[in-house]
Amino acid sequence: MKWRNPVDLVRDALRGQRARDKDLRNLVSNLPYEGLEKSKQPNRHFPGNAIKTTKYTLLLFIPVNLFEQFHRMANLYFVGLAILNFVPVVNAFQPEVALIPICAILSLTALKDAWEDFRRYQSDRKLNNTPCLIYSRKEVGFIERCWKDVRVGDFVKVVCNEIVPADLLLLYTADPDGVCLIETANLDGESNLKQRRVVPGLCISDPRFEPESFNGIVVCEKPNNNLNHFKCYVERPDEEKVGAGLESLLLRGCTVRNTDHAVGFVVYAGHETKSMLNNGGPRYKRSRLERRLNVDVIFCVILLFAMCIVAAVGHCLWLQAVPGVPPYLVPDSAGRLDSPALSGFYMFFTMIILLQVLIPISLYVSIELVKIGQIFFITNDIDLYDEGTDSGMQCKALNITEDLGQVQYIFSDKTGTLTENKMVFRRCSIMGVEYPHKENAIRLNVLEEAESEEEIIFNQPPRTGWSMDFENSEPEGRHHHHHHHGSRRKSKVSGQGQKDVAFSSPLETDVIPDRKLLQQISRSQEKDPYLDFFLALAICNTVVVSMATARRRRASWFSPSGRTNNPLETVSTLVKKVGSLFTSGQKPIHQHLTVSKSDMVIEEDDLSSEGIREKTEDLDGLETCSLHAASPSHKESAASDNLRYEAESPDEAALVYAAKAYGFTLLARTPDSVTVRLPSGKDLVFELVDTLAFDSNRKRMSVLVRHPITREYVLYTKGADYAIMELLGTPYAEHFSGSEKNIASDTQHHLDCYAKEGLRTLCITKKVVSDKEYMSWSLQRQRALAAIEQREELVMETAVQLETNLSLLGATGVEDRLQENVPDTIIALREAGIQVWVLTGDKPETAVNIGYACRLLEEEDLVINMSCKNKAVCTSILDCTLEEVRRYDENPQNVDTTPNISLVIDGRTLVMALSPDLENRFVDLTKRCRSVLCCRVTPLQKSKVVKVVREKLKVMTLAVGDGANDVNMIQAADIGIGISGQEGMQAVMASDFAISRFKHLKKLLLVHGHWCYTRLANMIIYFFYKNVAYVNLLFWYQFFCGFSGTAMIDYWLMIFFNLFFTSVPPIMYGIMDKDVSAEILLGLPELYRTGQGTGEYNFFTFWISILDAFYQSLVCFFIPYLVYVDSDVGLFTFGTPLNTVSLFTILLHLSIEIKSWTVVHWIIQVGSVALYFIVTLAYSAICITCNPPSNPYWILQSQMADPMFYLICIITTVVALLPRYMFHVIKNSIAPSPLIQAKLLDRLDPSARERCIREWRSFRGGVHLEDSRSSTPPSPALEIPVEMYTKSTGAAELMEDEFVLNVITDNYLRHNGPGT
Amino acid sequence: MMASSYNAKEEDGPHSGTPGLGGAAVTKSKKPDNTAFKQQRLVAWQPILTAGTVLPAFFVIGIFFIPIGIALFVTSNNIKEFEIDYTGVDADSPCYSCAKDFSWNSTTSCTCSVDFKLEQPFESNVFMYYGLSNFYQNHRRYVKSRDDSQLYGDLSALTNPSKECEPYRTSNGLPIAPCGAIANSLFNDTLELYYVDSNGTRKEIPLVKKGIAWWTDKHVKFRNPGGNDNLTVSFEGNSKPVNWRKAVYELDPTDSENNGFINEDFIVWMRTAALPTFRKLYRIIQKKSSNTATLPSGNYVLEITYNYPVLSFDGRKRMILSTISWMGGKNPFLGIAYLTVGSICFFLGVVLLIIHHKYDTRNTSADIPS
Repeated sequence: MKWRNPVDLVRDALRGQRARDKDLRNLVSNLPYEGLEKSKQPNRHFPGNAIKTTKYTLLLFIPVNLFEQFHRMANLYFVGLAILNFVPVVNAFQPEVALIPICAILSLTALKDAWEDFRRYQSDRKLNNTPCLIYSRKEVGFIERCWKDVRVGDFVKVVCNEIVPADLLLLYTADPDGVCLIETANLDGESNLKQRRVVPGLCISDPRFEPESFNGIVVCEKPNNNLNHFKCYVERPDEEKVGAGLESLLLRGCTVRNTDHAVGFVVYAGHETKSMLNNGGPRYKRSRLERRLNVDVIFCVILLFAMCIVAAVGHCLWLQAVPGVPPYLVPDSAGRLDSPALSGFYMFFTMIILLQVLIPISLYVSIELVKIGQIFFITNDIDLYDEGTDSGMQCKALNITEDLGQVQYIFSDKTGTLTENKMVFRRCSIMGVEYPHKENAIRLNVLEEAESEEEIIFNQPPRTGWSMDFENSEPEGRHHHHHHHGSRRKSKVSGQGQKDVAFSSPLETDVIPDRKLLQQISRSQEKDPYLDFFLALAICNTVVVSMATARRRRASWFSPSGRTNNPLETVSTLVKKVGSLFTSGQKPIHQHLTVSKSDMVIEEDDLSSEGIREKTEDLDGLETCSLHAASPSHKESAASDNLRYEAESPDEAALVYAAKAYGFTLLARTPDSVTVRLPSGKDLVFELVDTLAFDSNRKRMSVLVRHPITREYVLYTKGADYAIMELLGTPYAEHFSGSEKNIASDTQHHLDCYAKEGLRTLCITKKVVSDKEYMSWSLQRQRALAAIEQREELVMETAVQLETNLSLLGATGVEDRLQENVPDTIIALREAGIQVWVLTGDKPETAVNIGYACRLLEEEDLVINMSCKNKAVCTSILDCTLEEVRRYDENPQNVDTTPNISLVIDGRTLVMALSPDLENRFVDLTKRCRSVLCCRVTPLQKSKVVKVVREKLKVMTLAVGDGANDVNMIQAADIGIGISGQEGMQAVMASDFAISRFKHLKKLLLVHGHWCYTRLANMIIYFFYKNVAYVNLLFWYQFFCGFSGTAMIDYWLMIFFNLFFTSVPPIMYGIMDKDVSAEILLGLPELYRTGQGTGEYNFFTFWISILDAFYQSLVCFFIPYLVYVDSDVGLFTFGTPLNTVSLFTILLHLSIEIKSWTVVHWIIQVGSVALYFIVTLAYSAICITCNPPSNPYWILQSQMADPMFYLICIITTVVALLPRYMFHVIKNSIAPSPLIQAKLLDRLDPSARERCIREWRSFRGGVHLEDSRSSTPPSPALEIPVEMYTKSTGAAELMEDEFVLNVITDNYLRHNGPGT
Repeated sequence: MMASSYNAKEEDGPHSGTPGLGGAAVTKSKKPDNTAFKQQRLVAWQPILTAGTVLPAFFVIGIFFIPIGIALFVTSNNIKEFEIDYTGVDADSPCYSCAKDFSWNSTTSCTCSVDFKLEQPFESNVFMYYGLSNFYQNHRRYVKSRDDSQLYGDLSALTNPSKECEPYRTSNGLPIAPCGAIANSLFNDTLELYYVDSNGTRKEIPLVKKGIAWWTDKHVKFRNPGGNDNLTVSFEGNSKPVNWRKAVYELDPTDSENNGFINEDFIVWMRTAALPTFRKLYRIIQKKSSNTATLPSGNYVLEITYNYPVLSFDGRKRMILSTISWMGGKNPFLGIAYLTVGSICFFLGVVLLIIHHKYDTRNTSADIPS
């Protein structure tokens, strides 16, 4: 390296700082500067791609780590004590000895930190050395380098299935359309493919991309952590600016899929990449238990001070009472004795040192260890593992496990949390005509049943003939079903791990067309609104079309195998496997398949039995398609059948599949065009002019296309009904049929019906844009897109401009199915005394419906609906309702019949109710409600609700959600739980715990929460007890040594006592004890209530245990004292039995508390005693003069040769533990706590246990929570303006419906069956 | 079947961790192991403390404790103990004059004799103790004021005693051996016991002064510097503790095995007592033959060379004669404690039996109370 002027260096560094801080960065290619020294590199100021997530360096580890550790109060306290011990007048121990505890704790923590850091270092190194391809001018090609060598300004080539090493601006892809598909699952968990396209207007013309020809300047914004936002433009040499956004950015950590290779320009590297900026460490929250604990630690401090003052005053008085100068008072070196007052003052500090253990510093370390253990068990619970997503439980916050056992309020999101967020097309309304899709509903019902009662279905032929095997003869068709269920079942067992298939279940992909609608379509002409409706469904979206054959394979994050492994190779080997499966197992079907489809082989590329099932399913779709297709050859439609749609929003995919079912098949989507195959078999290629993407303000999205036939600009818009309805222009139908139907009102009526059924609704509209209109708009649009400031606002503005005067085509109802076991879980949580609130952005009708479906609302519930427009009304409603409810509660007649009150409130009313003056009343009302449903709430309102409830009611709150809109709420609650679902990872990132299904909440709270809480609570109580009991021995002794601060136990043994002999058992107890088995806890959710509120760790239990500690220490001290009084016992000879006795007492005390003894418990308990004797014996045998003045030499040995020692140990232990033992026995016998009763159930054999659980629940009034089909009429109406929802008629209606449907189906089959 | 097994394999295939988190990649399925330990299903013994289950324990404790208590009580009662306070607080006590005008600095020794009568003969070996009351040998700074390495015979500690010995570390510029407050306050009364015949003649009772210290103390912990021969030379450069009349090598000039640091009276003193009222073994009176009592009943005279001042700090000095059993000296407490606890346990057992009959039967049936 050449010598450089230091001034230059400083100047350069400053320039670098400025360059990094600027709002806009100018980046140029590195290639012209290749090989030059560093100071000539234009991009040298920006960090390289090497990452370093380690906190420490090898050299600075000790100072930095110590510095961090001393940020803790506890450690400072310890150090303070150690320093105090170096002051000669007050020291209680040898100064060096007093350093041991602090050193032990510091070094343990340092070791832990070092290990963690080393792990980080290793993973960093692994990442940094991952190979990648960087363009080199010298080699004229891409050469293999490591990730860490990537610099800003480099050109990096990423091959299919490889992971992007840095944030790349996409310049070139192998795809002729300049598209690159990526999967961002590593980043945000979204498994669908996303489309990225090259920056337009750059290097496209070249058949081969030449990085050297790139001579533009890339101007991009400062790095930020927003994954969904990126602004940049490329300034070409001719000074033309080409805007680029997120759609051209490949983020570090994404995987390139379905694209052979892509080349990008590195804009951010290393720590400046978006994924690294998003990388927050674990969160630290303080649990309620810990807050309570800190209060008790303060009590301990007070206790300590009290004891020290007692000793100080005692010493002072004792000295004053001593006449003359006895030989046992040692003067200082000058021969003077301190005055009693001064001695007393010194004694205070000596006693603090002596009794320091009273402040349970080791408790904090132990709690941390216990929580690590608890988290280990939670994350390893197989019941919390979801096969479908291959994800278990994740604990992000390490220190609030016990809060899970105290939850009182749950705030839940609806979509994606209670529901699957996997959408199923259910109904649609076109031009004001409703098409109920009954056949499809039946199919779904059957599938649902199949899911729940697979065994039965598997052995039975299907009940209804919903799947239409028109061309197959009857037996084969039956076979078909058989196969279907069989494979479905298999797939459930084995194939659910296929996360990479976003929408694989036939449930979502298949739609059986409505007969009426099919006929309608067949009659329709070119410009029919029906055609438009389906075209809109097919076009108006951002769905990515991928071929099933090119099914993605997950590449390893690190292994470069993705590059060498051609997916097709794997596929071909698999074909053989699948083929052999077929020939061996299900020959008839195989034949059936090959007969019906010539290119079946390709389809079998599908890697699993599931795939095969899909194909057979697809057959149905194909056949239905061909219902009135003009003449599609099998071959052609088979090709279209291979399509797979991947959408960012599941609604879109559901709609596209629905359109496909009616023959409007979305074939391909490129940035510039959309290809749709019409039912007639004709392929229409729409020129895609623009896409106005969805945003939560507009609540709609649009696509602007150019119709290939009419050459008209057509805008298709779909969105929430309330967002669309106000934008409607003249009804479309008026142009057309002339019938003066008010389509809008009819559709609105249908929409309301859909919502009541719990369907998600979308309105579909169309607008023809004139060329002139388009031209003017397009200019604005261009300007907005190129803007770098306020770009979002401008872009949105242009979108709003265009989306006016829409003509309504129709509406769709999409079902978001409840997740499995949601009703169970909610019932269990409610039985556990947890209030469940659902906060959703949906409309009230949908929310109420889902509320009933998930048993949040019961049919006999009194549902109060609050929805008002102004505050005065809101106030009066609130007051009246509250008054009514109160009166109802207080009425003694209603004691048994009190209906459960549920509140439904909408967002607007909620804002008013949460205003400061109404807040209290609202909270008071909700307190009396069993469940609360908040509809149409914004993310901010969600968090406001949580905050208000949490602060006003002082309760433990838990928020659970899956989407970005739940992040606020998750962060506001005491415990935030993220569901890693379809909507990305923002919620999970913000959460304390991440689960994959809502049902896991049940075990997480009822079992793990309960366990964690009781374990930790009992462990902490025990810890306090232990310290007090042990330290008090020393305190009592002060009364017999003139309060001089003498310890009768060897210091080392004292330290070992806390450090080794009695530390492991409580930790093990805190990690592993099990008061009641998981089965019982799940069977009897009521048991959860024991932890709520103050729970087991409260003021009372704390002081009881402290009192017990005082009693036990008195016994442990005074029984040996009375035995040895006026004998020739030596100081440390006296201390040995005391130490032993308290060891036994403390360990046996724990044994009384331990609820279940596993082999680990035995080993640790017995091991602790053994360790005590081994260590003490060894120490007494070795240490002759090593630890003055205690001289432990041979003391324990001589004691153990004395029968009195054993007699003392036995009787003291018995007397010390007798009260606690008796207390437990008598309490368990006379008034056993629910937990003990539950534990008794554990002993019964399973069948008897089940019976008991049932009896118990019925006894406890759990009846109303049991399935109650027979709905009682709603409770007396309140004379206030509240609406009541009852669902009493719903069930009957549905039944009738089903009956009718069956008939229709039969007819349908007869009509259209074999003949078609 | 094959398809499913293939899927399982694919599941096990590499999955990528979140790169941004910088964590190590999980290279296999995240599915937790289904082991008893990880799923918290280890075979466990789950005792429930109810009257029914613990009943036997109480009776067993009762059954064991009561006989032990009786044995202890009887043993303790069989121990003969005689105690006499010779401090000389009262004007009519024989040692009054000695006690009154005595201080550490006096050079002449004062003697007094105390008469006493043993009502019962002491049959076995008799241990003679001196007892001090209100003497806080367990005071923290007193306890520390010693140098164990010096007592261990360490030559460097002999010339340079530990700082803990201050202010009894050096005297007149010479290091003190043995240093420290404990050694300095060595109990230095001499007690002699005479049996007074019926005809009034005094017969000295032989007192054995060896074997009173712990064997380990005498042979391991305490050593004379430079061996036991010629202690005068060994301690040449040392000063005697300020309160001592004679140097450490003059403690027992007659027996080199009992002189210097390994003098047993000294060793006994150096093992500091746990409580302010304590006794220390002084001499042993060996039983001579099986048919005569070690100390027959009758009159005795205790001749005291009164050197040790205790009155100044309100202390008391006692001489104790005691026989000894397997449980040590006389102490009825443990026996009574065992008896009491045994009885209480028995009583509680009965109480629990009643409770069991009243309540526990309910639990055994499946009927669950509220």
